[in-house]
Amino acid sequence: MTLPILFFYFIAALLVLASLVVVFKRNVVHNAIALVAALFLIAILFFTLHAPMVGVLQVLVYAGAIMVLFLFVIMFLNPTALERPRALGWGFGTVLASLLAGLLMAVMNHSETPADPLVATEIFGSPETLAKSLFTEFVLPFEIASVLLLVAIVGAVVLAKREH
Amino acid sequence: MIVDFTIIAIKAFLVVFMVLNLAGILGWVERKGSALIQDRIGANRASIFGFAGMGLVNTLIADPLKFLTKEDFIPPAGDKFLHTLAPCMALFPALVTFAVIPFGDVLQWGDRLINLQVANINIGILYVFAMASLGVYGIVIGAWASNNKFSLLGGVRGSAQMISYEVAMGLSVVGILMVYGTLELQEIARGQGMLLREFLPESWGGARAAIGWLPAWGVFLQPVAFLLFFTAAVAETKRVPFDLPEGESEIVAGYHVEYSGGKFLMFFAGEFAEIVTAAGLVTTLFFGGWQVPYLLSDGFHFPWGSVLLMPHWLIVLMQVGAFTLKVLFFCWLQILLRWSVPRFRYDQVMRLGWKMLLPLALLNVLITALIIIAVE
Repeated sequence: MTLPILFFYFIAALLVLASLVVVFKRNVVHNAIALVAALFLIAILFFTLHAPMVGVLQVLVYAGAIMVLFLFVIMFLNPTALERPRALGWGFGTVLASLLAGLLMAVMNHSETPADPLVATEIFGSPETLAKSLFTEFVLPFEIASVLLLVAIVGAVVLAKREH
Repeated sequence: MIVDFTIIAIKAFLVVFMVLNLAGILGWVERKGSALIQDRIGANRASIFGFAGMGLVNTLIADPLKFLTKEDFIPPAGDKFLHTLAPCMALFPALVTFAVIPFGDVLQWGDRLINLQVANINIGILYVFAMASLGVYGIVIGAWASNNKFSLLGGVRGSAQMISYEVAMGLSVVGILMVYGTLELQEIARGQGMLLREFLPESWGGARAAIGWLPAWGVFLQPVAFLLFFTAAVAETKRVPFDLPEGESEIVAGYHVEYSGGKFLMFFAGEFAEIVTAAGLVTTLFFGGWQVPYLLSDGFHFPWGSVLLMPHWLIVLMQVGAFTLKVLFFCWLQILLRWSVPRFRYDQVMRLGWKMLLPLALLNVLITALIIIAVE
């Protein structure tokens, strides 16, 4: 085994551990922090695949912005402990999870495994390529998404103003 | 392979070593500087065999010893694990951000070219913002894990403040990215080695004659962006005038009110490391990074035509020295600011961030784009 593969398994093991903590811990703040750790570890995996752009955006958007807002809300509401999910919830969750696992297995069995882990080329992950395709080929969906975000912001301001 | 790895390890060690030690020394500069500004004598009590060294002994030996030997108190109702994790998360982003800041050009050693920068990734500036966005966890988690109302208030204030100013900070840099056309900090520093006359179009004869001799530093091309970025960077370090998360007169010490001993030392060192990192960023983006005006890769080329050739090692030494001097200057400027201006009220901080810095940054992006189109 080469060093990069060993490193991959090390990060992957940590990632699985962090994800298990997200699911099984009873303290909401602990869950949120474990989710931050998991997102950070995924970003490291992107870095090892030579896609620093995706990795950094992963940290910037998910770990650095969205999860901070999650924590913000959790700290304000301060729930002491989660209620234990009922049997129905467990059953439903188990069925859904096994379905997903089966689907993943099927996909993985059918796709060819490359000899080396897939590596993004210099051009593929670069900001230039991303910007070019965003502003030429996909400019309409890009603009629609930004208008959607603008609507959400305006809506939030309107809702917040109504209380006064 | 082994040699390459060793070189990277040495570079990484050197940068962390310098940042941490500079952070320690800044603790002394802060006390001595505040004493100077307030017409006092300042830290001068601790001494070893009668040697006080202007208070240096105090800061470098007595302070850490005192911090490390104090009781490490964890509030009984707090969260033990997160209370310990928080200082680490506060210190971590401040230390790793410096990895993408170049402290010199390429050093030629034998037939080996060493890039004087720890990590050369093609999205350097995004990495900086990603790490800065992680900085908020240290204070939020520390505040929550202390189980103290004052700390929780400080943590909530801190997270709101840091998110607000990250937006203005990110947008203020966009102008710089447009001017130099890259996200790589080393390339931005190289771009600032040109003269202003190479940036101005032929038709602007008068402007070229008047200011063409200036180096093409970010501060000359993007003066508004510099003011916005520097303000936002000071706000990110959470120091006066933006020290609302600590707010001694209202919420005791905010997010670190329940911290003592070594863990408090980590928060403290993290704050000073953030000052160093902010100074490094301002230097790299707006003040030429390691560039010495008119110094090219073979010596000085003055605008009036004379040339002064120099050996390679001397040029590299001068560049690293220039970078260090600039960083030290901006560290000092931040400390001067902290002891000269009164603090904001919380609503003023928010208003400044969202209603003044953010629109100004957007306007700066628009005007920069218009000028670039006009020039091209």
